[in-house]
Amino acid sequence: MTTTYAERTATEKYVGRPVDRLDGPAKTTGEARYAAEHRYPDLAYAALVHATVARGRITAIDTAAARAVPGVIEVLTHENAPAMKPFKVSLLDPLGAMASGTSVNYLATDEVHWNGQPVAVVVAETHEAARHAASLVRPAYQELPAVVDFSAEEPNATPQKRSMLLESEADKGDAKAALAAAPVSVDLRFTTPPHNHNAIEPHATTAAWNGDHLTVHEATQGIPWVRKQLALRFGVPERNIRVLSPFVGGGFGGKGPIWAGTLLAVLAARATGRPVRLALTRAGVYHTVGGRTPSTQRVALGADEDGRLTALIHTSVARTGRVGGWQEQITSASRHLYAAPNIHLRQHLVQLDLLPNTPMRAPGESIGSFALESAVDELAWELGMDPIELRMRNEPERNPVDGKRFARRFLREAYALGAERFGWKERDPRPGAMRDGRWLVGMGVATAYHPAMHMPVSAAVRLSADGGVVVRCAMAEIGVGAATVQAQIAADELGVPLEAVRVESGDSELPLGAMAGGSTQTASVAASVLAACRKLKQSALALARRSPDSPLRGRRLSDLEARDGGLFRGGSGETYAAILTRAGRDHLESEIKPGMLGLVGPLRDRMRWVKAACGAQFCEVRVDRDTGEVRVSRWLGVFDVGRVINAKLVASQLRGGIVMGIGLALSEETLIDPRTGRIVNASLGEYHVPVHADIPRIDVHWLDEPDPTMPLGLVGVGEVGITGVGAAVANAVRHATGRRIADLPITLDKLL
Amino acid sequence: MRVNGVEEKLDVEPWVSLLDALRERLGVTGPKKGCDQGACGACTVLADGMRINACLALAVQYADKEITTIEGVTPHPLQEAFVRHDGFQCGYCTPGQICSAIAMLDEYAAGMPSAVSDGAPQLTEAEIRERMSGNLCRCGAYNGIVDAIKEVAG
Amino acid sequence: MRPFAYVKPPDVDAALQAVAADSGARFLGGGTNLVDLMREGIERPYTVVDVTGLPLDEVAELPGGGLRIGALVRNSALAADRRVRTRYPMLSQAILAGASAQLRNMATVGGNLLQRTRCPYFYDQASACNKREPGAGCDAIGGFNRSHAILGVSDSCIATHPSDMCVALTALDAVVEARSVRGTRRIPLADFHLLPGDTPHVETALAADELITAVEVPPIAAPSRYRKVRDRASYAFALVSVAAAMEVEDGTITQVRLALGGVATKPWRAREAERILLGGPAADEAFRRAADAELASAVTRPGNAFKAGLARATIAATLRDLTPGEEAA
Ligand SMILES: Cc1cc2nc3c(=O)[nH]c(=O)nc-3n(C[C@H](O)[C@H](O)[C@H](O)COP(=O)(O)OP(=O)(O)OC[C@H]3O[C@@H](n4cnc5c(N)ncnc54)[C@H](O)[C@@H]3O)c2cc1C
Ligand code: SF4
Ligand code: FES
Ligand code: FES
Repeated sequence: MTTTYAERTATEKYVGRPVDRLDGPAKTTGEARYAAEHRYPDLAYAALVHATVARGRITAIDTAAARAVPGVIEVLTHENAPAMKPFKVSLLDPLGAMASGTSVNYLATDEVHWNGQPVAVVVAETHEAARHAASLVRPAYQELPAVVDFSAEEPNATPQKRSMLLESEADKGDAKAALAAAPVSVDLRFTTPPHNHNAIEPHATTAAWNGDHLTVHEATQGIPWVRKQLALRFGVPERNIRVLSPFVGGGFGGKGPIWAGTLLAVLAARATGRPVRLALTRAGVYHTVGGRTPSTQRVALGADEDGRLTALIHTSVARTGRVGGWQEQITSASRHLYAAPNIHLRQHLVQLDLLPNTPMRAPGESIGSFALESAVDELAWELGMDPIELRMRNEPERNPVDGKRFARRFLREAYALGAERFGWKERDPRPGAMRDGRWLVGMGVATAYHPAMHMPVSAAVRLSADGGVVVRCAMAEIGVGAATVQAQIAADELGVPLEAVRVESGDSELPLGAMAGGSTQTASVAASVLAACRKLKQSALALARRSPDSPLRGRRLSDLEARDGGLFRGGSGETYAAILTRAGRDHLESEIKPGMLGLVGPLRDRMRWVKAACGAQFCEVRVDRDTGEVRVSRWLGVFDVGRVINAKLVASQLRGGIVMGIGLALSEETLIDPRTGRIVNASLGEYHVPVHADIPRIDVHWLDEPDPTMPLGLVGVGEVGITGVGAAVANAVRHATGRRIADLPITLDKLL
Repeated sequence: MRVNGVEEKLDVEPWVSLLDALRERLGVTGPKKGCDQGACGACTVLADGMRINACLALAVQYADKEITTIEGVTPHPLQEAFVRHDGFQCGYCTPGQICSAIAMLDEYAAGMPSAVSDGAPQLTEAEIRERMSGNLCRCGAYNGIVDAIKEVAG
Repeated sequence: MRPFAYVKPPDVDAALQAVAADSGARFLGGGTNLVDLMREGIERPYTVVDVTGLPLDEVAELPGGGLRIGALVRNSALAADRRVRTRYPMLSQAILAGASAQLRNMATVGGNLLQRTRCPYFYDQASACNKREPGAGCDAIGGFNRSHAILGVSDSCIATHPSDMCVALTALDAVVEARSVRGTRRIPLADFHLLPGDTPHVETALAADELITAVEVPPIAAPSRYRKVRDRASYAFALVSVAAAMEVEDGTITQVRLALGGVATKPWRAREAERILLGGPAADEAFRRAADAELASAVTRPGNAFKAGLARATIAATLRDLTPGEEAA
């Protein structure tokens, strides 16, 4: 597998253009069908019963009242449910460990591992009967001591394990000594609360068995994982399982792993012999789908009087669950952003009796960048220096912790452009100096950073005699416009009009491997689609050359141009349709199947290069002088995200990240009662995601410099947008009020 | 009940919500369920032209109303404008946003006030945002939605 | 939701008969609170009496200049009513500051008066809650109580009354008209909602078989204003809200009304503050002093201690906005 990529498609007709989403009409007319919207005759409905203790054993479970509800078909508990196979991690598939959200074998055990764990499933003829009956199931528990209080447990944190896929600790020089000796320094402690993804579509599964064949309509970011997990847990071959997920109503990481709802819907369908739909309630999502870990972090920076960093210390404590969980690279940005000669990075974990945490948009970086970039800003205040200037003085030539080369880095350019467009020089550097009526105005900046990667995925492209092209890939469409981007790439590479390209996705019958996660999907699929298109052109040419009548006879692909639906040189050439028709073929297809070996390239790449998306976030806030209410009034981000295939979609992705970041900065917090481990605000009414009125116009720009080490030069954009946002807001608040808020979210009570 | 101009005979128990009646009984799945608690707006439909949250409406209570869902407003210039301005990503909040926006423009035209202003002569961005705040979009497509509405409002 | 019977009476008398005969009956207005609580299993009526067909949806002039607001007037219609907007701006503003346009289109005046607390422990059946289950205890007192009340609390319950509209109505000296088969009663809004004491499940002076038919608001000359402070810019309940009306002559306050939301177990008429303000100077210092006096009885907890300071600042800011010569921003 090579690590250098062609930077361009054969023609540059669609790539780079702000093409409208191909699925726009389906989504705006209500035609797009999501996982809970597939009808089956004989469909039954399931509802979950959630545990109300943090840890314990079920001593009895009374289902009589539930069974008596008219329409109830079955009440499944650990006493009567058919067994699922236990969760298992395969050494051959390290990623597989992430596939299951928890290791709990639901309804096969009387053990309760967290407050909210499903302990029974009711299946009924209607959704209403199932839900009502579920409220009547009465479990009795023997409670066991549970450890659920993150801050109380912090002293017991242990070092995070090293992992091939994650960035972890680092040491360079002697950071502690350098900090002590530094003429100027800051040493801050930050806290960030747990968060929940809150995709507007709650997780839903519609499952139908036919003998030992299973069809599941599932809201998932990772079709391959769902199929694999279900095969494993239900003991049927993977080929017997069809997972359909053409539209997913938002994921943000929460629909990556397989959670209780999916398994229990399939289990209920098997137990009752009926197709079953399990659409989680909003509270059900909170109680069964893990969210972002809370963190406490320390960032200490030492600098000389000119603002050159001498020491950078960044340590973190996060949590996992006793029955699963995911470690985050919270100090990741500190490996890459500043040229400090002495660096000390450590990540720690505590294990709690809670629903395991799971990746949520930019796991690690979103909250890690809050701490690092807030501390850098504070250092600028200490130095009396402009915070952009401070960053520019410490911009490294090579990766600070290990001297690796950057695949590319345009942070200077991003800041320069951003400062100009945002009007940074209008900023009066004194705190509280800018006012507008009752509002104190503040401006802040922070750096956005997210590592870039791509994975081996399978994809196929088919060319038909009628000139149509079909791109086939079991990727997930969670809102990124996956199909649109790949259609643009295929249309360009093959030289066909965009309208001729159809994309089939969201079905496990298609070539597998793609996952919408870690900002890897677009680049990963692009690599395979591009390769498939190239192979296809070769095949088409080979076919043409076999015919004595073909004007392509004797030509090599490198001499030809793909355009007008075929291969041409100057005025002579042929359309694919003509080639196929003459050869009596109705289609040609090529498939790229890199398999696990395909991981070698990207991993080797990682040893060699540091690749990332990065950017400069500019924020203006207004803080009410009386009440401390904070409103974001302007936003501008300039990003270095490699090649931009579709400006419209990239802008939306970046904006979406920033919007979620504004939530992280100002209002989002999952409240977990430290006495019981219960999520207290398990609703969209009490967990405050940003609404229209919270979000100003968000101006996004990018530098459009291809990354030479990534397919088509493109870098994923799904996550970088949220990074740096928390800090940019905090830094603007610092400017407006003189107050450094180190504990998210920045609610008004912290400013009074 | 009339749903999207068609008389539907619906025999549902009184405890079935309008949203579930539409989605599960009639197969009208344009209106979405995001919270079932009135807290997200994904289920927004029009009842005699007024926007409501179908999840908190009992179907029986709306028996004599004309219900319009995204299916019933198609085609509408807002739909194209949403596509042009990329006013969505995953699309799950979109039918609710569009139905809500249609009614919002009517409310505005009828001189209904909002918390931002008292019947302002101009449909400013701040005005649109306040009036649309009952529709959450976790994908964060708010800018595109506002642009689409502004364009259609003229 | 537990199954129930649904009836839609054609007139008020039939509605009253329906509940008189059935102690498990509940009126249904817009349903935005009742349906939610029924789905959560917190409200479990056997019969639901839909009152939205009753002819109680008019806003009418009262002799002497007040308004009589039918119990079934939708929140959005009331906020949009020209007379309300010009004569009672704080009432229109309070309604518009609450919920969302969709919910305001559904919600009725009667339902809004009777909406129940948003205390998250009240909503979660896994928690102990005296309001939901008398005697069970209160998880909010030692738990998360950032959104909870600091005024009018008891050892049993510290739940905030969530309504915005009621805060303005309290300031306006509104009177609730209620009817049952036994006759018609008029209850001043100030007496309508009850403090939790040791019976937090008893929330209002209304009997189970009484139907709210109207709310009457007497005329008021002083200009008024509603200010709501919350965690989001819209679509969130109040942390603190202030309904204020004030008339100032030559720098002296000649008329003042003040009520608070988000900080108390019922819509809170700030009579102590009013007493101090009346006849005094319209000046920031006086506003703060009055606020302090009102908040002297506040009982705070670590989670909601900030509300005292926030309420004080918001009261002062709102009164400042009503002071001639100070421009409202
Ligand atoms: C997500 C969300 C956000 C919200 N945000 C806010 C906010 O910010 N500010 C705010 O003030 N409110 C807010 N609300 C609450 C909303 O204002 C109330 O739910 C609404 O006012 C209730 O009115 P309704 O007609 O729908 O009442 P219903 O739900 O129909 O009834 C509520 C109660 O009143 C009784 N009832 C109804 N009518 C009568 C009558 N005529 N006589 C006797 N009893 C009657 C019912 O039996 C029931 O007990 C919010 C609600 C939701 C769901
Ligand atoms: S504050 Fe009141 S409503 Fe909340 S848990 Fe305590 S008793 Fe229940
Ligand atoms: S589903 Fe109705 S408002 Fe969320
Ligand atoms: S488009 Fe996904 S929630 Fe709005």
